[in-house]
Amino acid sequence: MSATIRDIADIETAHAPNPRRGRLPGWGAALTLAAKILLALVFGLPLVFMIVSSFKPDTQIFGDLGGIQAFLPVGNISLNNYVGVFDRVPFAQFLFNSVLISVLTVGLGLIVNSLAAFALSRIRIPGGRIALGVILATLIVPFEVMALPLLWEVNQLPYFDGSQIVQGWLDTYTVQIVPFVASAFSIFLFYQYFDSIPRELDEAARVDGAGWFRIYRSIIMPLAGPAIATVAILTFLPAWNQYLWPLMVTQSEAVRPAMVGIDYFKQLNTSWGQIMAYASIITIPVLALFVAFQRSFVNSIASQGLKG
Amino acid sequence: MSIVTEPVAASERAAELPSRLPPRKAGTARGRTDAVVGWIMLAPAAILILTFLLVPIGLTFGLAFTNARLISPEPAHFVGLDNFVAVFTDDTFWASLRNTIVFTVVIVPLQSALALVLAVLVNTRTRGTTFFRTVYFLPVVTSIVVVSMLWLFLYQKDGLINVVLSKVGIQGPDWLGDPHWALLAIILMSAWQAMGFHMIIWLSGLQTIPAELYEAASLDGASRWQQFTNVTWPGLRGTRTFILITITIAAFGLFAQVNIMTQGGPLNSTSTLVFQAVRSGFQQQQTGYASAISLVFFVLVLIVTLTQRFLTRDKEARR
Amino acid sequence: MRTKTHRKLMAAGVIVATTALALTGCAKAGGSAGTSGGELVMWTHNAGNKAELGAVQKIVSDFNKSQSTYKVKVQAFPQDSYNQSVTAAAASKKLPCIMDIDGPNVPNWAWAGYLQPLTGLDSTLSKFLPSTVGKYNGKTYSYGYYDVVLAMISRKSTLDAAGIRIPTLDKPWTKTEFDDALAKLKASGKFQYPADFMTGSTGEWWPYAYSPFLQSAGGDLINRSDYKSADGALNGPAALDWAHWFQGLVSNGYIAKKSGAASDQDFMNGKTGILYDGSWAADEMSKKFGSDVVLLPSVDLGKGPKIGGASWQWGVSKTCGNTAGAMAYMKFAAADKYVAQVAKAAGTIPATAAAAAQVPGYGPGEVNAKLRDFSQKQAVVRPVTPGYPFIATTFTKAAQDIINGGDPKSILDQAVKDIDANQKSNNYFK
Repeated sequence: MSATIRDIADIETAHAPNPRRGRLPGWGAALTLAAKILLALVFGLPLVFMIVSSFKPDTQIFGDLGGIQAFLPVGNISLNNYVGVFDRVPFAQFLFNSVLISVLTVGLGLIVNSLAAFALSRIRIPGGRIALGVILATLIVPFEVMALPLLWEVNQLPYFDGSQIVQGWLDTYTVQIVPFVASAFSIFLFYQYFDSIPRELDEAARVDGAGWFRIYRSIIMPLAGPAIATVAILTFLPAWNQYLWPLMVTQSEAVRPAMVGIDYFKQLNTSWGQIMAYASIITIPVLALFVAFQRSFVNSIASQGLKG
Repeated sequence: MSIVTEPVAASERAAELPSRLPPRKAGTARGRTDAVVGWIMLAPAAILILTFLLVPIGLTFGLAFTNARLISPEPAHFVGLDNFVAVFTDDTFWASLRNTIVFTVVIVPLQSALALVLAVLVNTRTRGTTFFRTVYFLPVVTSIVVVSMLWLFLYQKDGLINVVLSKVGIQGPDWLGDPHWALLAIILMSAWQAMGFHMIIWLSGLQTIPAELYEAASLDGASRWQQFTNVTWPGLRGTRTFILITITIAAFGLFAQVNIMTQGGPLNSTSTLVFQAVRSGFQQQQTGYASAISLVFFVLVLIVTLTQRFLTRDKEARR
Repeated sequence: MRTKTHRKLMAAGVIVATTALALTGCAKAGGSAGTSGGELVMWTHNAGNKAELGAVQKIVSDFNKSQSTYKVKVQAFPQDSYNQSVTAAAASKKLPCIMDIDGPNVPNWAWAGYLQPLTGLDSTLSKFLPSTVGKYNGKTYSYGYYDVVLAMISRKSTLDAAGIRIPTLDKPWTKTEFDDALAKLKASGKFQYPADFMTGSTGEWWPYAYSPFLQSAGGDLINRSDYKSADGALNGPAALDWAHWFQGLVSNGYIAKKSGAASDQDFMNGKTGILYDGSWAADEMSKKFGSDVVLLPSVDLGKGPKIGGASWQWGVSKTCGNTAGAMAYMKFAAADKYVAQVAKAAGTIPATAAAAAQVPGYGPGEVNAKLRDFSQKQAVVRPVTPGYPFIATTFTKAAQDIINGGDPKSILDQAVKDIDANQKSNNYFK
C-alpha cells in the first residue's frame, strides 16, 4: 500500500483558511493584531521577567519589582547567577534525567495510548464501553491523593537490576516512567480524535484484506498528526514537571530530575536570581519541543490517500 | 475515489450512506477475532492502568475506612464510617466544597471560551502565528515557583494590578488578603496559567475542519460570525466534549495554586477539597481522614461528569 | 494476515521489554537496610548549600580515613522537601543508617520507630546546648552541631533617627515600647511597613517564629505537664492577649498581612525598618550595611522574650543494618572541632562552648557571642510530643486566621479542640 504524500507547502495553502476569503476590512485586521499583541504581553511578561531577572543580583530583582524596569535588562547585569547554578547543582545530570524520563514517558505513551484509543474507538470489543468509562473515571483522581498507596505498591514490585531480582523500584528511572506511560488523558484525546475519522476508511481497508494493526499503522496514525502533536506536548509537560513523585522515590542524584533541583536554591537564604536562572534553563527543552511540534498543527488529513 | 481522498468531508455524508459491509456482530467468527485483537491492543494500557492507577486508587478509598496515619508505629484499624462523619461535620470541609464548586462554575465557561478565542486567533497561516502560539503557551511552561512569586507581587495591595486599576479610578482590594476577593484572585491566576493548555486542544480540533467548508460558506455569502456558528462550532463537537470534561475535572482538582499562594486562607475562603485532603494527609498525617475526603471528592466529580456526558449526549442524538 | 499481526505484536512486546531492561542499568545495589554495598548511607538536608554540605562531607572523609572498619557515604537532599523524602523512605523501609532531622520532628520520628536511641554519648552531649539535643521519653535520639536564633534585625541609624531605644537582652522592649517604636517608624513615612515578620513564609516558619510570642505572653501550644490537652494554654487569657496583639500588628498597619517573597531583600532595599528573621540572615545584612546592622532580642510580651530553638540534628535510624558503625560515626562526629566546623560553615551558633571559642565571632565577648546568650536565655523548644506535626499545622492555620481578622476566641477554641482530639485519637502517643 503506497501513500501519496503531497508537498507540505501545497497542503498548508490548500487547507488553511483562505487568507483572501472572508477577510476583515483593514481596521478589523488591525484590531485583531492589536488584540493579539496585548494578549502576548499579558501571557509573555512573566517569562520575560524570569529571564531578565536571571541576570540580576537578588537585591536588584526585588528593588526593580515596583516598575517597568522589572522587565528590562538594566542595572547590574551579569552571568553570576548562571555560574552559581552550575556550581550548586549537578545540572547536566539533572537535565539528562529529566529529558530521558520525559522522552520515554511520552514516546512509550504515544504507542500504548493510541493503540488503546484505536481499539476502543474502532473495534467492537465486548466490555469496551465499560473499559473506557473506567479509564475516564481515573482522570478524576488527582495524583497527590493516590501517591502514598502507589509508593507502597512500587515497593512490592520485583525489579531486575542487571544482576539479580530485587524487590522494590525505588531510586530508579523505571519508577519515574512506567507508572505514567498509560494516561487516561491521552487515551481520551486520541479517542475523541479517532472518532472523527470516518469508519469507511477501515471498511475499505478490511475489504482489501488489511488487519487491524495494519489499519492502525498505515491509515489512522498518519492521519492523527495534530492529535499526536497535542498529546506529545500535553504529556511531556506533566512528565517534565514531576515534583512530588521524584521526591518520594529518588534518593540519589543519579536519577533525580530537574524539578527537584529548584529546591537546592531554597536553603535558609533563598537565592532568587539563581532560581530564575535555573528555571530559565529548564524551560528551554519544553519550549523547543513545543515549537518543533508546531509544524504538526497542520491539517494533515488529506496528505495521505489510500492507493492499491 | 472521492471517499478516500476527502475523508473528512465524507464524514458528513457518511451518516446517510449505508455501510457497504454487513455489521460485524460479536458472535461471528470475525467478531471474535476482532474482540481478541481489540483486547490485545488495549492490553498494555489496560495492564498499566490497572496496576498503577486502579490499584492505588482502590487502596486510597479503602484507607478511608481506617484510621491510618502517615507516620505511626501502629498499624491501621478499621473504623467504619467514622472518618466520613468527621468529614461531614467539619466546617472547613463545607467551606472547601463551596469554594471548589464556585471555582469550577466560574472557570469552566471562562477558560474554555477564552481558550477558544485564543485558538481561533492563532489558527491562521500568517507569518507571526508560531510566535503568538508560543507566547500564549508560555504560562503553561513557566515554572510555578516563578509564576507564583510574580503573582504574589502583582496581587499585593500596592502591587501592579491595583496600580493599574487606580489609574482607571478603581480602588483595588487586598486581593490575597481579603476573604471576599481571594478566590477571584486565584480564579484569574489559574485561568491565565492554563489558557494556553486548552488553546492547544482547541487548535487540534480546529485543524480537523477542512478549509473547503469555510470556502463554501463564504462563497454563499456567510459573514465570519455565521461561518463560526455554522462551520466551526459544529465541527468542534468532539473537542468540545473533551474540553468540557477535562476542564471540569481539572477545576475540581484545584490544588497547586492554593497551596503556594494562599494555603487555603484567608479564613478558608480559598480552601479546596483536594487542598484539604493533601493538608490533612501529608501535613497533619491523618491518612485515613484524607482518604475519606478523597472518596467524597471522587463521588462528587463522578456524578458531575456523568451528568455532563448525559447532557451532551442528548444533544448529539437530537442532531 | 494473522501471523503478521502476531509478529508485530511480539516485536512491540520485545521492544517494550528491552526498554524496560535497559532502564535497569541505573539501579542501586541491594544491601542490608540503610547500607549500600557495605557502606553506611548518610542523608543530609544540605543539598545546594555548598558550605554546610562541604563541612559535613569533610567530617565523613575524616571518619573514613581514621579507621578501616566502616565507610560512610553521603547522599544530599534539598532542605525544602527533605521531610517528604524521609517519610517516603520510611514508608518504603529504605531509611539510611544516619540522617539529620529537623529538631521538632525528633519526638515524632522516635515514636514512629524511625530512630533508635544514641549510645555512649551521654557525657559528650552534656556539654551541648540543651536545645541541640533531641530527647524523647527520657532517651537521647539526636544531637545537632548548632542552633539558630530569631532576632529583630534593624539598623542603628534607623532606630536612632526615629528615637527608638536599642534594647538589650537584660532590658528588652516591652509590649508598649514595641508598639510605640512601630508607631514612630510608621509616622516617619520612610517605610512601606515599619516591620516585617515574614508572614509570607509557609511551613514550619509559623510555629517556629510565632509560637514564641505566644509563650512570651504566657500561653503555649499545649500543656507541657502531660501533653494531653492544649486547653488553657492555647485558648486562655494569655493566649487571647497574644492573639489580639498579633492581630493588632496587622490592623494597625505595622506589618504586612502577607509579606513579599523575599523579606530580607525588601529590608535591604529599605522597604521595612525592622525584620524579624533568623540569625542566618545576619551575614547578608552585614555585607550590605556593615556595623550599622543590629541584632536585637525579641519583644517581651509579659513573661520575658522568647524565641524558637532547636535546629537540625543527627540521629541513627532504627532499621540500620550496621548499628555499631553508625554509633562509632556519631561519637567521632561530636568532637568540638567538628561542631565548630559545621557551625562556622552554616553561619550559626555552635552547640558547645569549646566549639564557640574556635569560631570567629562567637568566642567569649565577641560580636556574635550574644547570640549564644539569646539562645540560652530565650530559646524555648517546640513541644516535645509526637503529635507536634499536627499541632504545628493547626497553630499555623489558627495564626493565619487570626491575622486575617477572624475572631481569636473561636479560632483558638477550635484549635484546642482539634489538638486535643488528635492527641487523644493517638492514645496520647503512649
